[in-house]
Amino acid sequence: MRFNTTNVTLLSLAGAAAVIGFGLLFTFERLPVQTVQGGFRGTSMGRVDNPRTAVVMAAANQAPEAPEAADATGERAREVYENVPVLGHLSVEQFGRIMNVMTQWLYPGEGDAVGCNGCHVAGNFASDDKYQKHVARRMIQMTMALNSEWTPHTAQTGVTCWTCHRGQSVPANVWHEAPRSTGPNFLTGPGEQNRPSLAAGLSDLPLDPFTPYLMGAQEIRMQGANQHPRPESRQSIQQTEWTYSLMMHMSTSLGVNCTFCHNSRAFSNWEESPPQRLTAWHGIRMVRDINNTYIESLRERFPANRLGPLGDTLKANCTTCHQGVNKPMYGAPMIRDYPELLPAPAAQRAEVAGPRIQ
Amino acid sequence: MAVLSFEKKYRVRGGTLVGGDLFDFWVGPFYVGLFGVTTIFFSLLGTALILVAAAGGGTFNPWRINIAPPDIAYGLRLAPMALGGYWQVITICALGAFGSWALRQAEIARKLGMGMHIPVAYSVAVFAFFTLNVIRPVLMGAWGHGFPYGIFSHLDWVSNVGYQYLHFHYNPAHMIAVTLFFTTTFALSLHASLVLAAINPAKGEAVKGAEHENSFYRDFIGYSIGTLGIHRLGLFLALSAGIWSAICIVISGPFWTRGWPEWWGWWLKLPFWSI
Repeated sequence: MRFNTTNVTLLSLAGAAAVIGFGLLFTFERLPVQTVQGGFRGTSMGRVDNPRTAVVMAAANQAPEAPEAADATGERAREVYENVPVLGHLSVEQFGRIMNVMTQWLYPGEGDAVGCNGCHVAGNFASDDKYQKHVARRMIQMTMALNSEWTPHTAQTGVTCWTCHRGQSVPANVWHEAPRSTGPNFLTGPGEQNRPSLAAGLSDLPLDPFTPYLMGAQEIRMQGANQHPRPESRQSIQQTEWTYSLMMHMSTSLGVNCTFCHNSRAFSNWEESPPQRLTAWHGIRMVRDINNTYIESLRERFPANRLGPLGDTLKANCTTCHQGVNKPMYGAPMIRDYPELLPAPAAQRAEVAGPRIQ
Repeated sequence: MAVLSFEKKYRVRGGTLVGGDLFDFWVGPFYVGLFGVTTIFFSLLGTALILVAAAGGGTFNPWRINIAPPDIAYGLRLAPMALGGYWQVITICALGAFGSWALRQAEIARKLGMGMHIPVAYSVAVFAFFTLNVIRPVLMGAWGHGFPYGIFSHLDWVSNVGYQYLHFHYNPAHMIAVTLFFTTTFALSLHASLVLAAINPAKGEAVKGAEHENSFYRDFIGYSIGTLGIHRLGLFLALSAGIWSAICIVISGPFWTRGWPEWWGWWLKLPFWSI
């Protein structure tokens, strides 16, 4: 081979391609994979998982060991403590137990701002002076509602503070409204799209599918019912991308793919959908309730450093509880160990006098 | 199908790969050869099995016949006939017929002293099928990952496989394959329009040849790939499209289990920019 310019150029290009190609090999995963069939054979529905990733996920999603169950009989907490409107129906022993685990779940340790002092004013536990106490009270009401009114989604697994908090006072996975991009939109389209979207699994779908669907109740289903568009059809490609952004969020939150809930040959068809889709349908409505009824109602309570840049609260989405697995903590039935977080029996609830706590 | 008078001189003995003279003859216009026999065998057996399997499937509507692979639980073992065994035997027949066909092409090319371009090109298509229904299922550990035999059902399979990786347009090999498919049709249309333009001059003018064709492209873009080169390019583009299609599916699952958009995380993590 003569060393003319063409040969040198070609050799350099081949060498560069080989180096880049070799480097890219490390961006992939390796065998073996584990699969779980989801639909009739040959439909290619179901999960494809990397067992090495699954081990890491399993380690990161464990329920803490439950302390010994408390005696539910004896004096009621409201007979002993002041200002306990939400948990006053518990026995004193149960009350102490749930306060104790809440401390470990949200403010582990001892100090001025952690342990009991995370929510309580030191020396005066009945005081409502700390905003955290208002928040905790509202969140207990929420947890009770999730364990009673939202069982189509929470099932027998139930929800505890740990489900979201996992040892942190503010859950690791929360969202707030983002300021709209003010940069030039010449080639990138609208500011809320066409950049890597963390919410949508790093695709370029809309950056914030939460505000319209998990705070608002905008219509999610976009599949047209007719073969051709009609004047009354309001579905657009743009709206579909918003829906897909939410769906990408749900998939990545649960560590599953689209076929976990849908047969993609007809996304809208309930009869061909796996039953998980129904659980997810209730979940979407549950998260709207969490965000509107409970979290946003606390907006005035929060200090500025606990709000987003636009002044809204730090809200929940699917990741807040699921954290990468399709059942939080792999379906560990935590509520069985913490009956304190079930709503008061109706007979006792009637006894709880006083104003509705917000 | 009469044999044209000059064709006889091309009907020469020899060139067979296996079996010597045994099947070295023609039936009408068709060369038989050992691989012609095996092609017929596998095709008839496979087609008969498709009909038998369809008879057990509840419909003879050609759109809706579905002969599905076994459940994943069977792994790489044989399944009962009605539960995916038909699919397994039909797959063997299909590969037997496709392979025989390629080898028959090779024998004919040898008889005529031609290059092996045709069997090689055809083998790329067979390789794509082999990748889908043998290589990938073996890598993933179950025949159940193959695609079902049915017009609608295999399309549904394609759709679900894509959505198992959330957004298949982010699959890098899929990007390359799609680009090559479009480039193939682009190159073919450029070539076809050039040939038609050269042989359809204005009324009364002589038909133009290769020099005119080359001159057109040199005037137009400064370069003409040439009359032979365009066919080399066309074959390269078409075969590359098939090969990259096979790559794009074989990496989905065995070498990537998450959404394809997430694969591009390495790009976003390059130190030149951040998200």
